[in-house]
Amino acid sequence: METSHTLAALTSQLLVGLSRAMILFIVSSGLSFILGVLRVPNVAHGSLYMIGAFAAHTIATAFDGSVAAFWLAMFCAPLIVAGISLIAERLLFCHLYEREHLMLLLFTFALMLILGDLTKMTWGADYRSIVAPPFLQGSIPVLGTAFPRYNLFLLLVGPLVAVGLWLISAKTKFGKIARAAAVDREMVGAIGINVSWVFAFAFVLGCLLAGLGGALVSPTISITLGMDHSIIIEAFLIVTIGGLGNIWGAMVGSLIFGITQSVGVMVLPQFAIVFPYLAVVVILTLKPTGLLKSVW
Amino acid sequence: MIKDILRTPSFLWTAAVLLALLLVPFFAGRFYVYILAVVFVTGLLAMSLNLLVGHGGAYQFHHCVFYGVGAYTAGLILAKTSLPAWLGLCAGPLAAALTGLVIGAFCVRLNKLYFGMLQISLGSLIWIVALRWYDLTNGDDGIHGIPMPELLSGSVNAYYFLLIIVSACLALMYLILKSPFGATLRAVRDNPQRCEAVGIDVRRHQLLAIVIGTFFAGVAGVLFVVLEGSVFPDMLFWVLSLEIFIMCLLGGWFTFFGPMLGAAIMVALRTFVGSYTDYWTLILGVVLILLIFFLPEGIMGVNFRSWQRRRERRRSADDVR
Repeated sequence: METSHTLAALTSQLLVGLSRAMILFIVSSGLSFILGVLRVPNVAHGSLYMIGAFAAHTIATAFDGSVAAFWLAMFCAPLIVAGISLIAERLLFCHLYEREHLMLLLFTFALMLILGDLTKMTWGADYRSIVAPPFLQGSIPVLGTAFPRYNLFLLLVGPLVAVGLWLISAKTKFGKIARAAAVDREMVGAIGINVSWVFAFAFVLGCLLAGLGGALVSPTISITLGMDHSIIIEAFLIVTIGGLGNIWGAMVGSLIFGITQSVGVMVLPQFAIVFPYLAVVVILTLKPTGLLKSVW
Repeated sequence: MIKDILRTPSFLWTAAVLLALLLVPFFAGRFYVYILAVVFVTGLLAMSLNLLVGHGGAYQFHHCVFYGVGAYTAGLILAKTSLPAWLGLCAGPLAAALTGLVIGAFCVRLNKLYFGMLQISLGSLIWIVALRWYDLTNGDDGIHGIPMPELLSGSVNAYYFLLIIVSACLALMYLILKSPFGATLRAVRDNPQRCEAVGIDVRRHQLLAIVIGTFFAGVAGVLFVVLEGSVFPDMLFWVLSLEIFIMCLLGGWFTFFGPMLGAAIMVALRTFVGSYTDYWTLILGVVLILLIFFLPEGIMGVNFRSWQRRRERRRSADDVR
């Protein structure tokens, strides 16, 4: 009896960890994509994730929380984030690509400061939450434990995003051009491709994923200021242990992060958030450039 | 060497500024004395980072951890043990340097961005301990009302203590950067492969630089405790690390006093703009973007360069004559 209980608890924790990993993956794959193509560590990524969550809340509640409003929110919030990132890119960022990494990092930090305060101005410091549509509420039995349906939905969306992003970067013309531009910007420009816009689209695509992550996470947490601070550091570490710019690396990293934390809760509840960081330390000590091949 | 330093105009300027700072408490209000003291602490922290980033070329992404370790060590010894106070004050920087040695030993094996990332994760481990180990650190409340020895209590006493220690640290840093070690460090920054080729142990130099830089960060942490009488986990949060970067950028990476100036501007912005509006980070962000676009070498960087250019022009004019 005792062991079956532990097993059920372990299964449930694992599933929670997996669905958490999917959110982390969606956010960090965007970060990784930007890193791979633009070579820019985008610190503002977490702020875009936060804006995605707030925007989803505004859209979903504007229509009294109907089912259609929920899907509209999931669809439009990432687009709003993409719009913001497009403006930031065309107005400011595109003039800076020649600078060194540290400057770009500080630029995106400035963007994070500005976006954070703009979010505070627009939405205020209250806690908010969204209710998922009825068929995603409640839970279903999985291997002897009750598992929330919404988390299963996340487990479905995560791999879809992964495959989609992989298809875009490996199979489409845009993806190939983007990868080529990352390696040799001038050569790609010399054969008549507008590299500036390629970079812009790559940046916007990455930021769109941040917005999508924020929208998808919104029914599971309380939306508040400061959620940008915690996600961005996790996303950076995930991308680093996975291999910079590698989408599947971001997936592996996210799984490690999500699972070590959720299983860690069972071992040492107070210090559960230590485990992912310990995993990062171990991985980077053994394999300094990340688990999978970095595109750098 | 000492005689040469004493004769340079920059030394005379420094001496004049130091004298002015010594006189400040006689005519300025307590509030301004306090703000100046905050500038000293933050400035020392920023300069210790600049020692590593501007002169050493290391991707020291999580520098404030060492500041926090110094502060927590001193704070815990003063608040929770009956050991003599000076022991706590001395233990802070040493603990920070030791942490720097351990974390640095891991990090110097990696390159640039990976170096920074590993440091962020190792640093975050320490942050979590400070945040979650309630019995020892009081968690996110931090420790307040840390008892100070008689000599250091009161804002004017603290001000003079900080002024003396910070000046001593700056003098020490200046000597380090002027020494052959400092020159090697800059060489490593500019061309590590070449340094390796001529037989310089790049990693050992970087590690030593990290230990030195983190030691000074620890000193800044202890001075914060002396000034505020409290410590809290936000001192180890990565946002502060990036803020220190901004200070270095503001003042100028490759200058000696630049980060101090940057810290002064940051503290002034936070204090005076922050009292008008809740959105001072928005203004900071805008300032930062303007800076990146128009003054990438910082305020002192530009001044220094135009001054140097003028001097060179004068010198070449002399040569012609």
